[in-house]
Amino acid sequence: MIYILQQSLNALQLGSIYALIALGYTMVYGILTMINFAHGDLFMVGAFFCFIVATFFKLPFIPTLLISMIGVGLLGVTIERVAYRPLRQAPRVSAVITALGVGILLESVMLVIYPYPQSVPTLLPNITWTIGGVTISLLQIIIILLSLGLMLLLDFIVRRTMVGMAMRAISWDKSVVPLLGVPLNLVISATFALGTSLGAAAGVMYSQAFPVIDPYMGVLIGWKAFISAVVGGIGNIRGAMIGGFILGGVEIMVAAFMPSTYRDFVAFTLLLILLIFRPYGILGQPRPQKV
Amino acid sequence: MSASNGVLLTVNELTISYGNIRAVKGISFEVHEGEIVTLIGANGAGKSSTLRAISGLVPYKGEVIYRGQNLHDIPADQIVALGIAQVPEGRGIFGNLTVGENLKLATWQRKDKAEIARDYERVFGIFPRLKERINQLGGTLSGGEQQMLAVARALMSRGRMLLLDEPSMGLAPVLVREIFKVLQEINQSGVTILLVEQNANMALRVAHRGYVLETGLITLSGPGKELLVDQRVKEAYLGG
Repeated sequence: MIYILQQSLNALQLGSIYALIALGYTMVYGILTMINFAHGDLFMVGAFFCFIVATFFKLPFIPTLLISMIGVGLLGVTIERVAYRPLRQAPRVSAVITALGVGILLESVMLVIYPYPQSVPTLLPNITWTIGGVTISLLQIIIILLSLGLMLLLDFIVRRTMVGMAMRAISWDKSVVPLLGVPLNLVISATFALGTSLGAAAGVMYSQAFPVIDPYMGVLIGWKAFISAVVGGIGNIRGAMIGGFILGGVEIMVAAFMPSTYRDFVAFTLLLILLIFRPYGILGQPRPQKV
Repeated sequence: MSASNGVLLTVNELTISYGNIRAVKGISFEVHEGEIVTLIGANGAGKSSTLRAISGLVPYKGEVIYRGQNLHDIPADQIVALGIAQVPEGRGIFGNLTVGENLKLATWQRKDKAEIARDYERVFGIFPRLKERINQLGGTLSGGEQQMLAVARALMSRGRMLLLDEPSMGLAPVLVREIFKVLQEINQSGVTILLVEQNANMALRVAHRGYVLETGLITLSGPGKELLVDQRVKEAYLGG
């Protein structure tokens, strides 16, 4: 029982990180029906921002987190402006190939700067509590609460603010939005800024939990977060959060009760089975046909 | 009958091409302050393209001048800020947003809180049914209600000039009459209307002036009442 509680805590921690990254995929898909395959690499850049700011400027956790989020947010906006916007009228496949290219570019540039894995300084005091046999660390609590806080904030922005309303409107019918006086490109930029800065927050937290980072760390985690978004229903914000926690939970539980090499195999098989029964994901719906 | 004060909108030698196809071939017309002007014509005559050009949604050659200002290089969202609001073909309601959110989004460019509150009152006065359904998703409205919401939305963006693209499309005749009655009321409150219609009969009845568009060219123009009895218009658009 204690073992299960302990693993549940680990699952929440991993799930929070997947969920934060999954949000970036789902937001961009929601407004542009495009998968931003560079998103996992933006998560990696977020982790390196954390490494650089913490190592060379010796800033504490919160400023490091904010600088990484702002830095990667600006990078995300720039990538959209330079690489994706010119292709907005092009076939979707061109944009997807471009996104893959941008991802490889980010990995390669980072590899030139840091050819070897780097060790990220610990920014939070290593405090742990043992409650009824379950060990909880300060880091775990911060990762879980901070992620939940960011997700609530995003949910609020999307549901209650003008920008969020505009994002939802764009996901329904992009062509009508300018006719209401809403600047389409500004809203798309805001979406990239939000989505990529959440990915950066995940990168910072991940690099605190697993402090050895390298330029390829975003590839597998990015794929897993993308799958989380699909499982939740791509384009659906709450779905991405649920999908992240499901994948985190399945992975940790598989590793807890089976040889750890089975982890990805069992987790992905379960997810594929889920998609057979819910092809649009848990909260996803078929896109309405426009006449 | 023409309520012509000053010229509000001038379209000069407007040409619109899609690839090698010229949809609009150099048309010119004017809309005066306070008028209802209609562009009638068959499907594919270039009516919608003309409205899309005025709103800044498609590239074009020629001039569109609104209140003395050339709109050619102004982005679509800024054209709305100048007071030109388009109700697009098919209404363009966001089905995933509530009625209230659809209306609120249209106030994006506005900062005048007191005026916005007054415009809500005005719009709900014209369309009481929208007030009843304010928390309902746009996608759950009937076709007629969606058309009302689309017009209401254009008014909320503070449109001093409404461009309407086929407001009668897909609606039952009784609803079409209701919509056109409301459009006349809105016009009498000081809003200028440029109306594109295939339903030429209805459009010419309410319009001060009309233009007939045929395969990208204006072939006839005149007061609405005169076009309504014109033999050529009758044969081509009013079923003889």
